[in-house]
Amino acid sequence: MKLLTGNDLKTGFVTWWTGADWSLHIEDAADVGEAGEAILAAEEGARRVNAPYIINGEQTADGPRPAHIKDRIRALGPTVRPDLTLKPADPAAGDWVI
Amino acid sequence: MYKYDEYDHAMVDARVAEFSDQVRRRLAGEITEDQFKPLRLMNGLYLQLHAYMLRVAVPYGTLDSRQMRMLAHIARKYDRDYGHFTTRQNIQYNWIKLEDAPAILEDLASVEMHAIQTSGNCIRNISSDQWAGAAADEITDPRPWAELLRQWSSFHPEFSYLPRKFKIAVIAADEDRAAMRLHDIGIQIVEKDGQHGAAFYVGGGMGRTPMIAPLIKDFVPLDDMLSYAEACLRVYNRYGRRDNIYKARIKILIHELGADEYRRQVEEEFKHVKSLGIDPPKAEFDRIAAQFAPPPLDASAPDAIDRSDPDFAVWVDQNVAAHKAPGHAIVNISLKPIGGIPGDASSAQIDLMADLAEKYSHDELRVTHAQNIVLPHVRKADLYAVWQALDAAGLATPNLDLISDIIACPGLDYCSLANARSIPVAQKIATRFSDLGRQKELGELKLKISGCINACGHHHAGHIGILGVDRKGTENYQLSLGGSGAEDVSLGTITGPGFDEDGVVDAIERVTDKYLAERTEGERFVDTFRRVGMAPFKEAIYG
Repeated sequence: MKLLTGNDLKTGFVTWWTGADWSLHIEDAADVGEAGEAILAAEEGARRVNAPYIINGEQTADGPRPAHIKDRIRALGPTVRPDLTLKPADPAAGDWVI
Repeated sequence: MYKYDEYDHAMVDARVAEFSDQVRRRLAGEITEDQFKPLRLMNGLYLQLHAYMLRVAVPYGTLDSRQMRMLAHIARKYDRDYGHFTTRQNIQYNWIKLEDAPAILEDLASVEMHAIQTSGNCIRNISSDQWAGAAADEITDPRPWAELLRQWSSFHPEFSYLPRKFKIAVIAADEDRAAMRLHDIGIQIVEKDGQHGAAFYVGGGMGRTPMIAPLIKDFVPLDDMLSYAEACLRVYNRYGRRDNIYKARIKILIHELGADEYRRQVEEEFKHVKSLGIDPPKAEFDRIAAQFAPPPLDASAPDAIDRSDPDFAVWVDQNVAAHKAPGHAIVNISLKPIGGIPGDASSAQIDLMADLAEKYSHDELRVTHAQNIVLPHVRKADLYAVWQALDAAGLATPNLDLISDIIACPGLDYCSLANARSIPVAQKIATRFSDLGRQKELGELKLKISGCINACGHHHAGHIGILGVDRKGTENYQLSLGGSGAEDVSLGTITGPGFDEDGVVDAIERVTDKYLAERTEGERFVDTFRRVGMAPFKEAIYG
């Protein structure tokens, strides 16, 4: 699957294209398929998200999972500070990254 | 401590106002990210993995308690309650919102700080010896010269768009605590025939192509220092490559020209530059130097230390250094608790260090390139009270220069350039070697980790260096041995094939075991490596 991601203009937070809008949660990310470039061009024009780009991923039972570790770290948060991730209450959340 | 004059205030305030308007226009959608990016970078605002990152300059690593408290305030109000002290003696905040950036810069300006020239192809924050003004072995305090260079390089119109970034370090002792020869320009204040002058080493650096700076001039009269630096930069600015980012640093230019030809061109340029009157009149330098006058130390301070508390005695032996004044000492605060994140400090810890500086260290602190903090002027009689306060805050780890005093860049946990994580590796190594007796048996052992080839973690200069790489989407760690950023400067040599995260920890244990087996009396790890060479270590690692 193809995922579209970037960083929110105001906060810099990692954000994912849901098919209609942007979400901080990768669970909401949509497979953009072949439409990625067109969405990317339109969203760059909207100037809500910085430097959006398309990545490879796979659909898993837990939802979309980026192919590269860098994007998995982006999706969750720093592996060395679980308290600062999007799932601070889940001690096993970091396993998803590695 | 240098205090801003009206010009400093005006320059910084004007920049805050200018950047505030640029942020407003960006948030309003009036300018694109491509237009805005160079503007935010000029103000130290990067976009990293999780958020914007703000890098704040700490000139030559020196700050007072008021400034330190402001760093804590920013961490608490605008970030996530911590800051990360860096190998460039700066501090970085990892969770900054763009809309908060103008207010942060205003807060910084209120305590004479800023984030200007902490990014971009300009002259970056001048670094120096963290023990400057206190070290028993220095011939003078190098910071007035560092401050002069700061003023000269700030908004220098000719050097705002260099071929690549440019880093300068200034020291004034034979012991190099600033990795001086691994800078674009390393200046050592030296003495010759009773006069002080500047030895210029030019063309050092780490990164993709590490090089040790050759000596370009052994003695530049201090009255000529700025003109000579200007000449060095001018030759670079004229001939440094702008067509290839990987060949754009001055080290590549000097390597390709040869040190002799570069020196010839600098000397020629210097004759012209000297006629321009760049060097300040003596009165102006004296005005700057007066602000670095030694603090009013207690001449009657007792020299004895009550070592009856064994934990305190261990800390004194490892983390306290000789001061030039009797009855005083230099306190090195380790930001490397076992299993912690190298260089990170919470806002409460930053506040505490500010309080201790105000109460016990003549209001001064230093940030070190090894990502630790220094209280430079502490009465020996106050050491126990300082230690107790540090210990209660988790800041009394007695591991300065031991294997767990690891330099590590933020790595892939935070940095958009990184290929692999650095911090988890540092944590695992520190945990493996957590026994203090074992660490002390290994002695001085500088271990440095970078998460990519840019080498922010100084891995080339580590007695043991680790470089994280991306091997087909998997983190892999290359090991190197024999580097040093000190006066015995050298570049590490790669041992061979890399390892996974746990494998590199095991490999380091085999390396240290081999060292213990091979060393002779008094040899540090790096001494043994230099004597016996790579072969026995390679055999120990790979069999």
